[in-house]
Amino acid sequence: MPQLDFSTYLPQIFWLFVTFIALYIIMAKVALPRIGEVIEERRDRIADDLDNAQRLRGETDEAIASYEKALKDARAKAVDIGQTTKDALSAKGAERSKKLEAELAKKLAQAETKIAAMTDAAMAEVGAISTETTANLVSVLLGEKADAKKISKAVEAQLAS
Amino acid sequence: MSATEQHGPMAQFEITRYKEIHIAGYDLSFTNSALMMVIAVIGITLFTILSMRGRSIVPGRWQSLAELSYEFIAGMIRENIGTAGLKFFPFVFSLFMFVLFLNLIGMVPYSFTVTSHIAVTFVLAFAVFLVVTIYGFMKHGIGFLKLFAPAGLPIYMYPIITPIEIVSYLTRPLSLSVRLFANMLAGHTMLKVFAGFVIALGFLGVIPLVVIVLFTGLEFLVAVLQAYVFAILTCIYLNDAENLH
Repeated sequence: MPQLDFSTYLPQIFWLFVTFIALYIIMAKVALPRIGEVIEERRDRIADDLDNAQRLRGETDEAIASYEKALKDARAKAVDIGQTTKDALSAKGAERSKKLEAELAKKLAQAETKIAAMTDAAMAEVGAISTETTANLVSVLLGEKADAKKISKAVEAQLAS
Repeated sequence: MSATEQHGPMAQFEITRYKEIHIAGYDLSFTNSALMMVIAVIGITLFTILSMRGRSIVPGRWQSLAELSYEFIAGMIRENIGTAGLKFFPFVFSLFMFVLFLNLIGMVPYSFTVTSHIAVTFVLAFAVFLVVTIYGFMKHGIGFLKLFAPAGLPIYMYPIITPIEIVSYLTRPLSLSVRLFANMLAGHTMLKVFAGFVIALGFLGVIPLVVIVLFTGLEFLVAVLQAYVFAILTCIYLNDAENLH
């Protein structure tokens, strides 16, 4: 069994020392730090990217919020404007109808006074006509001229009753 | 070395001296074992350095593999020892890669399996033992001996437990090295024995040939598994030194 040939032990162990120590130094000083660096770099990069994504998402959320706020404001403003316009229009309408009413009332009053005047005039004329007619009737019936004052008094009394 | 030995199942484990080197009476010859170790070191170096040449954020195949090995061992240490154990990372990584590459190189036909020699595996295991013991005493001083007297036992148990703990601690390098050595030795010997049957059985040699193919697959598994076992036991022993269970 070659494993028990002790004369081979020293060369095996010597070269084991040489190679393993060389390997350890290469791994510890060169190879492993490099692999570690690359892995670390990647981890940092991924963390950075995630941070960026998080930040961008925050910004998006903010933008959406401000957009929604603007929309809400605009809507409120629109409602406000509508309300104001409506109020203004209705106020104007009310004013106009008031003015119209006042005018109508004025015209009505004028018409009434006119009618009253005309009635008075008519009445006065009726008095005069009645007096004349009565005077004529009296003169025809009695054959003489009646006293005008008496007749007008009598007619007035008749008209008043 | 006779001709029959050359073709026996154990012939594959012969140490051949390529270049005789004798310094101050010591035999430091460059052998087939040394050559495989040099190849392994070069292979690991190329694997870990060349694959990272691109330093890409999105890794290619080789870079992924190198990063995977890195994360694998780093994860093993974090799980078994905790973050404080990461100072042993280069040591455990070197051990794992060294054993893994030597095991896998041994699977190449006409090559040589360095880890099938107890001299090599024992020195590796003893190095682990030394690191654990020296670090344990450096970190905990004489308190490291509490490892042999686990807390919370009934007092009469200590005279029994303590010797058991001491013996199990002292036999660690032996069990660690023999496990690797025996696995590699047995696997390779068995493959050779079955290979002999292929010739000896003539036409029926197809049966051992199929067995060899299957066992070769199994041997690849064993090669990786034993490297893993070696690394994880190293972690568990280092954990004792770091945290005193």
